Amino acid sequence: MTGILILEQALNGLQFGLMLFLLAAGLTLVFGIMDMINLAHGSLYMVGAYLVAAATAATGSFWLGLSAGIAGAALFGVLLELTVLRRLYQRDHLSQVLGTFAILLMCNEAVRFIWGSQPVLLSPPESLAGPVALLPGFDYPAYRLLIIGVGLVVALLLWVLITRTRLGMQVRAGASNREMALAMGTNVRALFTALFGLGAALCAVAGGMLGPLLAVQVGMGESILILAFVVIVIGGIGSVRGALLGALLVGVVDTAGRTLIPMLFGALLGPEAADNAGPAVASILIYVLMAAVLFWKPKGLFPSHG
Amino acid sequence: MAEAPLKSAAPSSAAAPPSLLDHALSLRGSLPLLALLLAFPLLAPLIGGDFYLGLAARILIFALAATSLNLILGFGGMVSFGHAAFIGVGAYTVGVLAQAGINSAWLVWPAAMLVAALFALVIGAISLRTQGVYFIMITLAFAQMLYYLAISFKAYGGDDGLPLPGRSLLGWGLDLADDRTFYYVTLLLAALAFALVWRLLNARFGHVLQAARENEQRMEAIGFAVYRFKLTAFVLAGALAGLAGALLANLGGFVSPSMMQWNQSGLLMVMVILGGVGHLWGGVIGAVVFLLLEEVLSHYTIYWQFLLGAVLLVVVLAAPNGLMSLLRRKDRS
Repeated sequence: MTGILILEQALNGLQFGLMLFLLAAGLTLVFGIMDMINLAHGSLYMVGAYLVAAATAATGSFWLGLSAGIAGAALFGVLLELTVLRRLYQRDHLSQVLGTFAILLMCNEAVRFIWGSQPVLLSPPESLAGPVALLPGFDYPAYRLLIIGVGLVVALLLWVLITRTRLGMQVRAGASNREMALAMGTNVRALFTALFGLGAALCAVAGGMLGPLLAVQVGMGESILILAFVVIVIGGIGSVRGALLGALLVGVVDTAGRTLIPMLFGALLGPEAADNAGPAVASILIYVLMAAVLFWKPKGLFPSHG
Repeated sequence: MAEAPLKSAAPSSAAAPPSLLDHALSLRGSLPLLALLLAFPLLAPLIGGDFYLGLAARILIFALAATSLNLILGFGGMVSFGHAAFIGVGAYTVGVLAQAGINSAWLVWPAAMLVAALFALVIGAISLRTQGVYFIMITLAFAQMLYYLAISFKAYGGDDGLPLPGRSLLGWGLDLADDRTFYYVTLLLAALAFALVWRLLNARFGHVLQAARENEQRMEAIGFAVYRFKLTAFVLAGALAGLAGALLANLGGFVSPSMMQWNQSGLLMVMVILGGVGHLWGGVIGAVVFLLLEEVLSHYTIYWQFLLGAVLLVVVLAAPNGLMSLLRRKDRS
């Protein structure tokens, strides 16, 4: 019984962590290479989820909808970069905060204008709606397994892209020393735009995959944005490897904490304490984790700057 | 250890002409503003009554909070992403004491400042060991911890918040339940806090703080205990935010965890950046412009946030250092 519970929590944590990683990967690269704080990254996630939902409703197929939504979000990210964000690279962090906060407000309101304030329904494909028996006596939703699979595949592709291709080499060079990468002749403008499109596409994958589990609604980007920031700070800004580890840590700690802490409190302090303090302490856990990491490793687990 | 250089530095800075570190308060600009603010309750009935008194009080409270954030963010270079936590702590102090039957403003408001200052002392002492983005994130982390802590306080309303029985009691025949009295008291406190920040910035303390923002290592090297100066500023800003929280709780008659959620901290930051980071009036102008825009735009359309975002974006692109920098440029030309 407890073994199965722990296994289930671990899988849930892995699933959430992988989706967080998709967001954090784009965020950490934008931050590490362009030295840009992008509060609008959560908006890309939200816009991606809405596009996937709309395209799914239009085509009737989850997979077509997902592909179209990802392409649309990438296009949106590229346009955003070309029109506004490009002008903010040279500015200080505080101007970037204000500028991208403005974009966040505008995205929220535009989405509310187009799709309304009610959450939009996004259903998983029919064939994956039911559970799968992983072990005798242990059923796990097939769709969640799919999320884990997609997350792993995308993480693998990203790893190949970053370690095995020319583009990836330029990205890594930019993250560890931007000026030197510039001096060596990297086409920075194009690289930045491409990176933004990639980041937006990853956001849409996460938004589209998580859409059927969480609600697709206005403001969904903000809470996950904060988590993504926590992830990249834990992992070390600019490090994709750090983002993966940080995302898995945060995913597992957050998910497991929400189930295990109330149980633990219930066993030690009685049901009242479990009801009152349990959820709050579980929510605090990831922030304690971040504070602890920063205390011992002030630049995160994998600092990418030399 | 910092004593010797301080003494030698003091006379020379007094004799020198006003430097970049000084922030003069021109009487030509501020006296008419003060007169306008004093006369506002008399004018309010002409434009629509007591609703505007509440709005004006709210703007004043946020101006106070944003000014306290500007002290550390703009002048101390400490980008705190958790400032709303101190507002929340101040507000909760009022709420908790009210539930215990203590309602005297003379007790409750200083207590709110004190408790907020204590929280700022602990949070600042740990956070100030980090730098840059990591400082932003660790202050955020502490604020979120307090936010979830407030949610878990079921005895004080938990997620639903805590209604207050009424406004704090002032004595002396003054009744804060009267909106006009409350407005004047808020104005007095906000003006006092503003004057305090102004005096501090032009004193040696403020000069050290701003110099450390420019070059911390150099200030360390010439013998200033920079960490202690920064921590003092952080605690002071926390106390002022606590006062703002106490006033906000009184204004709304309600305390809730959402007062210290991260987007409230973000809002305060946006106000300061909008007004002008490191300008004496930055926090005030930012709070006034932001809240008035919010008020006016929401009258015209339910999609006002889109317009607000557009205005903020234009400001960022057109006025790199906030609205105050536009004024200053005009002064010079």
